[in-house]
Amino acid sequence: MTNLPDTCDVLIVGGGPAGLAAAARLAEAGLDVHLVEREPVAGGIPRHCGHSPYGWREFRRVMGGQAYAKRLIARAKACGAQLHTGVTVTDLGRRGQVTVSSDSGLQSVQARAVLLATGARETPRAPRFIGGTKPGGVMNTGALQSLVYLNRERPFRRPVVLGSELVSVSAALTCRHAGAQPLAMIEANDRPTTWRAATWLPRVLGTPLLLSTQIEAIHGRSWVEGVTLVNGQRRWDMDCDGVVVTGAFRPENALLRASAIDVDPRTRGPVVDQYGRCSDPAYFAAGNLLRPVETAPWCWNEGRMVAGAIITALAGGLPDPDLSEPVSAGHSGISWHLPQRISPNFSSPALENVQIGLARPMTGTVRYGQASGNLRSRPARRILLPLPDGGVDLQFEETP
Amino acid sequence: MPESGQPTSFDVTVIGAGVVGCAIARKYTLLGARVLLLEKAADALDGASKANSAILHTGFDAPVGSIELACIQEGYRQYEEIHAKMNLPLDRCGAMVLAWTPEQEARLPDLMAQARTNGVDDVASLTREQILAREPNLSQAVRAGFVVPREALIDPWSAPHGYLTQALINGATFRRNTEVLSGVFDGQGWVLDTSTGPVQTTRVINAAGLYGDIVDQRLIGRADFDIRPRKGQFVVFDKTAARLARHILLPVPTATTKGIVVCRTIWGNLLVGPTAEEQQDRVNADLVPETLEMLRDKAAEILPALADEEVTTTYAGLRPACGDKEYQIRRHPENMITVGAIRSTGLSAALGIAEYIARMDETPWTPIPEPEWPAMPMLAEDQTRDWQTAGNGGILCHCERVTRREVAAAMSGPNAAKSLAGLKRRTRVTMGRCQGFYCSGALQEMTATCLKPEDAE
Repeated sequence: MTNLPDTCDVLIVGGGPAGLAAAARLAEAGLDVHLVEREPVAGGIPRHCGHSPYGWREFRRVMGGQAYAKRLIARAKACGAQLHTGVTVTDLGRRGQVTVSSDSGLQSVQARAVLLATGARETPRAPRFIGGTKPGGVMNTGALQSLVYLNRERPFRRPVVLGSELVSVSAALTCRHAGAQPLAMIEANDRPTTWRAATWLPRVLGTPLLLSTQIEAIHGRSWVEGVTLVNGQRRWDMDCDGVVVTGAFRPENALLRASAIDVDPRTRGPVVDQYGRCSDPAYFAAGNLLRPVETAPWCWNEGRMVAGAIITALAGGLPDPDLSEPVSAGHSGISWHLPQRISPNFSSPALENVQIGLARPMTGTVRYGQASGNLRSRPARRILLPLPDGGVDLQFEETP
Repeated sequence: MPESGQPTSFDVTVIGAGVVGCAIARKYTLLGARVLLLEKAADALDGASKANSAILHTGFDAPVGSIELACIQEGYRQYEEIHAKMNLPLDRCGAMVLAWTPEQEARLPDLMAQARTNGVDDVASLTREQILAREPNLSQAVRAGFVVPREALIDPWSAPHGYLTQALINGATFRRNTEVLSGVFDGQGWVLDTSTGPVQTTRVINAAGLYGDIVDQRLIGRADFDIRPRKGQFVVFDKTAARLARHILLPVPTATTKGIVVCRTIWGNLLVGPTAEEQQDRVNADLVPETLEMLRDKAAEILPALADEEVTTTYAGLRPACGDKEYQIRRHPENMITVGAIRSTGLSAALGIAEYIARMDETPWTPIPEPEWPAMPMLAEDQTRDWQTAGNGGILCHCERVTRREVAAAMSGPNAAKSLAGLKRRTRVTMGRCQGFYCSGALQEMTATCLKPEDAE
């Protein structure tokens, strides 16, 4: 049996940095907090990330992902939050009525507030419409890292890495950690998605970055034997025994889309106001479910901030959600923005900025309400704008 | 090598553990024969049967008077009779044949007349308004159509696994990784030379699918047909898309193909496909990005709301076709029957083909008086699944909600999975929207000692 009660103050869905940070703060405030994590161990993505520098913002010391995850778990528990692992939420009902599945079957929990912190995952091979066969040895960074750091496996020796985001560099380093030599990093655009400097590391380790290049087809029947690459008119085959399909993160929104909660087709996460509050006001959201995709410390802080809003909400202190006004962004260069709504007459927002993501490199002036400012940035960069005090339309004037 | 306790000579050896081979092995086992089923691959359903559109057809559009039609209709009847006993799903959602152009509309009366000639007399014509009332998410561009109420969705893998399992629990032998290399018929029976040793058998049934002509050549030195693999590519949308269509949405067929179908799957997804592309390669079915984009766009033309839905997976299969449109079922003087060129209707027709073969054979068997019936794992989205019941061990694959108990069960028993591909077909593990992002590690841990590491698809 699970030890989940039938009712509680706050139910948190997802035990990554956002969910664990929120659990600690909510429990510290004396609330009855239960966090459900579908994996056997909480910790989220950092749990299977052996190498990156984690923890400076949260604990003022640098540590690996697994140690960082353990610290987050210990902190939430020490504050009095109840963690339930191996418990999967299967339905988000109206007004905080949640159904879970576990070894003991189905159970229903009525929470006064529910925090959704289900995080993000990479886009797998299939929706990218990569051609060829479907052999083994094609996987996301997430699967690779769980095999390498949790199971101590080496799934391949000479893979290629698709993508040039920060996570793609992480994938290349994970390959190295497992004793595999990535043959190339492959990027469809004419420059890397992450900071150019970050791609220096794989290159000095002997992994070239192939720009303006795509994987047209994957070959092999039971296991990967090679790929066909295309660069403009040039097409060539490269032998390899694995393909790591990295990045293009998308919120893990399956539960959300099956519920009555409003989903923003642009972020693919829930529509929220500046408190992280969803269209059903019993639900809040924080972390990478909100947008693709931010760092662990960012999500940790977002979890803490939205937890603060939940504490206020349960004390009846948040503005009426029915009065909230939309934030819109009609410009084709802005691919998503957050929050999507503003509840007026507020103090202490949980989301302290408007976050936007660009569809392409843009230079120009952003204007909305009384605010304006210059912007020169690219996709996959963090862009923060001051929070308006009501509904606005984000205008953008491009400098030619 | 034969395991101890297994017979060393057989009444019937079936070559090929696709859906047709599994159904034939079951039929002969129930008739009381000592049956051996041989499979070249590491597990059953690894050839043409691994990829299809998972529909149980009525035969409304099959060639009039054909063996194919007779087998489809007998197969349908038998599936209806046994599915509840084996815990196999049957979603009688019905199909609608839709016309999108005046030319297609003009062909509808002939298609309905053919359906009635084929004994499918419950087809009913629908006006544009009636169609849109039944399927409100359809494009307004639809002109007219008719409904075929008994077309249904089934599980394309649990059904043949059910046939195979029933054969095994009633005494049949299944040998995998076994390719038939040659054979000698001495006037009474056969000695087959296989990659895992010799097999003595009185009769041989060639159900080798994409290799049907090759097996005929190897055993009797001739083949009456040439297999021309026909590739079909599919795009599968996420489970939230399944609400967009109730019926199987069929186009007006052309001379060569039933055309591109949009329908739900028994697992609660929505699929579009297949294409029909002839090729020489019998092994690889390559996905082609432009074709997948075409399929996605085609689906969104039919159901405009699909433009906002996510793609869960893509796949391609090969159907064993030949120059002729009819099944190539032959009885040879060498105590051998060939079942060839079953194309795309094997799933619907398999039980009917098995019946047809057994009648053709004319041997007086003594049927097993009270055969055992297996209860297959239920994976249909609208039925009670294991994750909803106690003691399931927790969910391992979150997207498809596959439990640890389901995975463990699929790796044990008379028809245990021996490859990751076989495990996926038995449980759907890693076949959902994340394609293994979350569960690959946990799955690898659970299966490491039981499965060959390769064979992913």
